[in-house]
Amino acid sequence: MHFPEPMSAFDMVTAEAAYCALGSSSTRVHCIPTTLGIDHRIINGRVYIGGNAVTDPAEIARRTVEFQKRAFYYYENWERLYAQWREKMLALIHDARALPELALPEFEPLEHVHAGRGVASNHYLLETYQKTLEGYFRMWHHHFEFLLLGYGAYLTFFGFCKGAFPQISDQTVARMVAGIEAEIFRPDEELRRLARCAVDLGVDAQFQEGLSVQAVIDSLQQTGEPGRAWLGELETSREPWFNINVGDGFYHYHRSWNDDLSMAFAGLPGYISRLKAGESLERPVEKLQAERRQLIEDYRELLSSDEERAAYDQMITLAHRVFPYVEGHKFYCEHWYTNLFFNKIREFGALLAAHGFFANQEDVFHLTHYELEAAIIDLMTSWSNGSPPRGPERWPEIVAQRKAAIAEWSKHDMPPALGPVPDVIDDPAIVMLWGITSETLDTWLNAGSEAAGNEIRGFAASSGVVEGPACVVRSVEEIVRLRQGDILVCQVTNPTWAPIFQKIAGAVSDIGGSMSHAAIVAREYSLPAVVGTGTATSRIKDGQRIRVDGGRGIVTILQ
Amino acid sequence: MGSPGNVSWFSDIGLSDRPDVGGKGGSLGELLRAGIAVPPGFVVRTQAFESFLEVVERTSPIRTRVESLSPDDLEAVTVCSKALRAQLEETALPHSVTDEVAAAYAQLCSSPTAVAVRSSATTEDASDASFAGLQDTYLWLNSRDETLRRLRSCWASLYSVESICYRRRHGFPEASVAMAVVVQTMVDARCAGVMFTRSPTTGDRSVITIEGAWGLGSAVVGGEVTPDRWVIGKITGEISVRDISEKKIKHVPLSAGGVEAIPVEPELVQAACMSDAELQTLRDLARKVERHYGRSQDIEWAVDRHGGGILLLQSRPETVWSKRESAPVARAAENPLSHVMSIFGGRR
Repeated sequence: MHFPEPMSAFDMVTAEAAYCALGSSSTRVHCIPTTLGIDHRIINGRVYIGGNAVTDPAEIARRTVEFQKRAFYYYENWERLYAQWREKMLALIHDARALPELALPEFEPLEHVHAGRGVASNHYLLETYQKTLEGYFRMWHHHFEFLLLGYGAYLTFFGFCKGAFPQISDQTVARMVAGIEAEIFRPDEELRRLARCAVDLGVDAQFQEGLSVQAVIDSLQQTGEPGRAWLGELETSREPWFNINVGDGFYHYHRSWNDDLSMAFAGLPGYISRLKAGESLERPVEKLQAERRQLIEDYRELLSSDEERAAYDQMITLAHRVFPYVEGHKFYCEHWYTNLFFNKIREFGALLAAHGFFANQEDVFHLTHYELEAAIIDLMTSWSNGSPPRGPERWPEIVAQRKAAIAEWSKHDMPPALGPVPDVIDDPAIVMLWGITSETLDTWLNAGSEAAGNEIRGFAASSGVVEGPACVVRSVEEIVRLRQGDILVCQVTNPTWAPIFQKIAGAVSDIGGSMSHAAIVAREYSLPAVVGTGTATSRIKDGQRIRVDGGRGIVTILQ
Repeated sequence: MGSPGNVSWFSDIGLSDRPDVGGKGGSLGELLRAGIAVPPGFVVRTQAFESFLEVVERTSPIRTRVESLSPDDLEAVTVCSKALRAQLEETALPHSVTDEVAAAYAQLCSSPTAVAVRSSATTEDASDASFAGLQDTYLWLNSRDETLRRLRSCWASLYSVESICYRRRHGFPEASVAMAVVVQTMVDARCAGVMFTRSPTTGDRSVITIEGAWGLGSAVVGGEVTPDRWVIGKITGEISVRDISEKKIKHVPLSAGGVEAIPVEPELVQAACMSDAELQTLRDLARKVERHYGRSQDIEWAVDRHGGGILLLQSRPETVWSKRESAPVARAAENPLSHVMSIFGGRR
């Protein structure tokens, strides 16, 4: 379910790197008793996954012994290992940023020669490419170092709550565990800070709905010192907090706020007018923390015995312990690092395009990462021997074919699952990461029969009922179309979309679970939201009136 | 106020007074104590029954006669019951009882108000709901004389065939049997119903299940109408189930006393009888009552048609799920980490 749109050839590197790391973690590092890794197949550009369950009781028992030696050590030393993880991750980001710019000069610079470097520029192309790729694969190992253990601890508490309170909603359990000061809130907080700066500096009139980013920057420049001061503040916020992409980090074209400031700027006029209306934009952190404490206490009180309360305390303590990682890792992995990675590949695209391998830099994403290495070696060789490279003869046609294939594939809906239906889904990784259960499969199997109806079902992400016009948004460029009171219908909502949450009346997405960051942000804004519908963007037409029942996970098309 | 006489107002009593005011009376007083609105009223205390029975026994013995009966000799019980009930309904009340009840009635119904007269037996107990159902209740009474007459009818119902058999079978001594009687104003309800402070289907203590329909609660309790049904998060207030049913009839009070079923206005048949705001008020009330009693409750409620707000008519401990408490979902573990094996260890 992470891959709703057909993947381009290069982007499939994510499936390879991620499942390689996930499998290592569950199969061989932590030795999860009941599952090996996730297998995947790619059909018509879509990635399908399947669990690799362990069913032999003797083998489960053998793996359980290993698991407890490894996973329990992680739980017991969580804070230390997580602090260490951040150091490793920041070092990895530092290394990625330190990779040299790509250069293929006509003659090797004289200073390299006089310094006796002895290695020519073409070699650094390959080295940089391999380091780029190596860093990406390594990043995914970091991504999964704690993830299954983190989700497992959360799901343990979740399962207990469902047992003790069979009718408790997923989102209520999520609210008991979710952090208040997680990294995911930070980009939006920076935006609020910038809105305040604009008002304090007296340049707030420069921010108007519908203006392009460039138009706003130009008019800020014209104000002289105050405008430049605001642009300075903008730079402070951008590193690192605007290194978040507008998708889930799996497509090269989901650019970051830093690459395209329009998402960030879209939120500013709204925040500024709220400030001027006397509203404080501070997140009421203490109030939110008090509410969370009260919620935990109120459910605790309802338990039937002190014995159950003691178990509840143990489980929620562990869930709170692991959750900063579960919430925080995405910023470093799927956002910050992934942006650096795709942008570095873009640099290779620009270089190859300059040498006639294809028309423009973005075409590079239609080569697989193996093909890209071959193209780079082709260019290195040609630079060294003075013959023309072979690539310009070969790649344009392949790129054109692959573009056509993606265009064709995206016209067709693919079934959400393929193959025989498993008797039971008991693979913790599948349940935890994708929220796929036997129930989900049943819904998918029945989806065809109710396709004619006007109801779309998904996960209840944030309660409340709202009706309004749908604004079906397929790309970031379209967000400027959103008007106050619209209901956002999109493929993936993401924390980076938070700035526009102040504008909309509700949100519906194709992908995501009740713990998805979109769901967390929606709850924070008290906005009805249904996520993980699978089909909302294809079934709802722009402008249609819809009703979102976020408490029950139902979207109704009213006209 | 000195020693209580034959009559006590709800505001002066609580559950601890049950030996003197019965289960129903004690519970209504207790609800008031918890700050919950109930229809105003008073209790005719057991001592009034005692003094009445003393008068009756001057003519012929009652208690010894009942104690001599065998629960298996249905014929003898039936003959005795018939005689005793007639005797009780015909004997005049002691003056002190008549005066005090009449005075309280006059105060309660200073403007013309219909009342209910309900048995409030001292043996009535939540764990013994079957016995509670054996005594009589009279609704929508419009006069003092009718109230006094029904007071005796309630007392007489202690000597119904079922009640006698029940007591004989359990060997309760007759001397310990007494009955208080509740006199309470009726609520002319716009809508009414019941609620449980846990799910009747799953036993979930984190939700409140509310059922209600147009008019008086008797249509819901008597099963004459399929009520609207809601499930609300006790803590979150989230309304997760809204089943709005087709409510074709409703019970309304008759001016001559009693109740009749009439058709619901066509535009209201399919309409929800409670607004979300009213449901949240019910939720607050349910939490308050449950906290006060410290256990799950089964509550009757009504919304006053004449702007008196939401009133609770009755609250009893929930009995079905409380009785079948199962093993804890989980117990504290020596190593708290071992809980995660429920996720990672596979199905057992």
